[in-house]
Amino acid sequence: MIKKVTRLVRLLALFGIVTVFLTACGQRQSLSKQDVLQNDRASNTITWGVKADTKLFGLMDVKDNQVKGFDVDIAKAITKRILGENGRAKFVQVTSQTRIPLLKNGNIDAIIATMTITPEREKQVDFSKSYFDAGQSLLVKKGSPVKSVKDLDKAGTKVLGVTGANSVANIKKSAPKARVLELSDYAQAMTALKSGQGAALTTDNGILYGMATQNPGYEVVGGTFTKEPYGIAINKGQTPFKKSVNQALAEIEADGTYNRILKKWFGNVAGFDYKEAAR
Amino acid sequence: MITILTHYWSELVQGLGYTLLSSLIALIFSTMIGTMFAIFEVLPNRLMRVIGRVYIEIFRNIPLLVIAMFFYVIIPLYVAKIDGFTAGTIGLTIYTSSFIAETVRAGIQSVDPGQMEGARANGMTYWQAMSKIVLPQAFKIVIPPLGNQFINLVKNSSVLAFVAGFDLMYQANSIASLSLDTINSYMVVGGFYLVITLPLSYYMRHLEKQLAK
Repeated sequence: MIKKVTRLVRLLALFGIVTVFLTACGQRQSLSKQDVLQNDRASNTITWGVKADTKLFGLMDVKDNQVKGFDVDIAKAITKRILGENGRAKFVQVTSQTRIPLLKNGNIDAIIATMTITPEREKQVDFSKSYFDAGQSLLVKKGSPVKSVKDLDKAGTKVLGVTGANSVANIKKSAPKARVLELSDYAQAMTALKSGQGAALTTDNGILYGMATQNPGYEVVGGTFTKEPYGIAINKGQTPFKKSVNQALAEIEADGTYNRILKKWFGNVAGFDYKEAAR
Repeated sequence: MITILTHYWSELVQGLGYTLLSSLIALIFSTMIGTMFAIFEVLPNRLMRVIGRVYIEIFRNIPLLVIAMFFYVIIPLYVAKIDGFTAGTIGLTIYTSSFIAETVRAGIQSVDPGQMEGARANGMTYWQAMSKIVLPQAFKIVIPPLGNQFINLVKNSSVLAFVAGFDLMYQANSIASLSLDTINSYMVVGGFYLVITLPLSYYMRHLEKQLAK
């Protein structure tokens, strides 16, 4: 009996030690506490977190292994403004789910990955001014009975989304009766839509238009039912870096670089009026 | 950590429920299917042995995620509408059954052939001898490795997260992205897995001791 009790105590103590160790890992001072702007100037490189699965914003081109898109081009333009013509922009692939942890532990300096500015997120990170005004919409198979978000608000309807995206929280409010299935990225969500796992795929319209151009037979319906201003996320306490990002953003908007990039990516997208989004 | 628990308690309990349900279904069916293919492999009939071998080698050597995605994406397109939970659980059952088959086969083969011969000499049919004499002894031997397979099965049920199966891992991803508190979310969910696997592990040990008597 006593033997058993001692064994139990020993076991509990071991668990205690493991827990303390893991908690300590979480609290260690990380790279993100150092001044990003200084480090970047020294290395002449800014490391950006971008999407690699989102057509028009950030998509991996398998031919040359480069991520290409609106977010990527904006990031390159801002890098040049901050570091000068020879400044290098390094890109790290992120998902909706991994981007904040990667920023917080210092793997990336900033996130430019279709990230909506929300009050909850502002508690965790700082945002630049908005660089793109998206709105949430729906992607459905052509001829689907779903015409707007109201058609989804029925028990038994399944809506596909991506874990960590703001759109998942929104759809729970706009169509509370629908069941939301969260997939790990947009490619998987699109596959799930194709195999009929859900009635519609919901996220920001810009992303959906990208998917619709890649997948004929699918269309964006219902207009936008939320406002989703995209911002560049930066760690809290990095005020000098945030200031230079905002300044660079204002400069590329003023000299027409922004509009050129916008036209390059959204000029030929059916259903999207790029002139309305021009700045 | 406490805030995650109190804030997302209903999600966590739902996740625990789905993980338990999926694991239980997969445990029962994979044990049955696994034992069946184990017997196939030791049958005198050559064709049956080949069928058993092919099944085991295919499903043992494909990643679980691939099997689950196959049932999630391809089957609904051409065969029948199944949701993520069903697809994941079927994948988990098939995958685990191939490992259980190998384990049980080793158990059957470690029983002295004299047992089978003796039973047959006493007038039992092949199936009587297999089910009454050989299999009980085989299971006694394979309880420890079988326990390993069962624990792996519970942990592997996290594959449901990738096919939107509402299990613990799915909830972990969801909670981590909602609360933006990644470390604590995954630690809490790790704790929930222990709630299932530790009793299972102790029960298998207990069973081993009981049978050893």
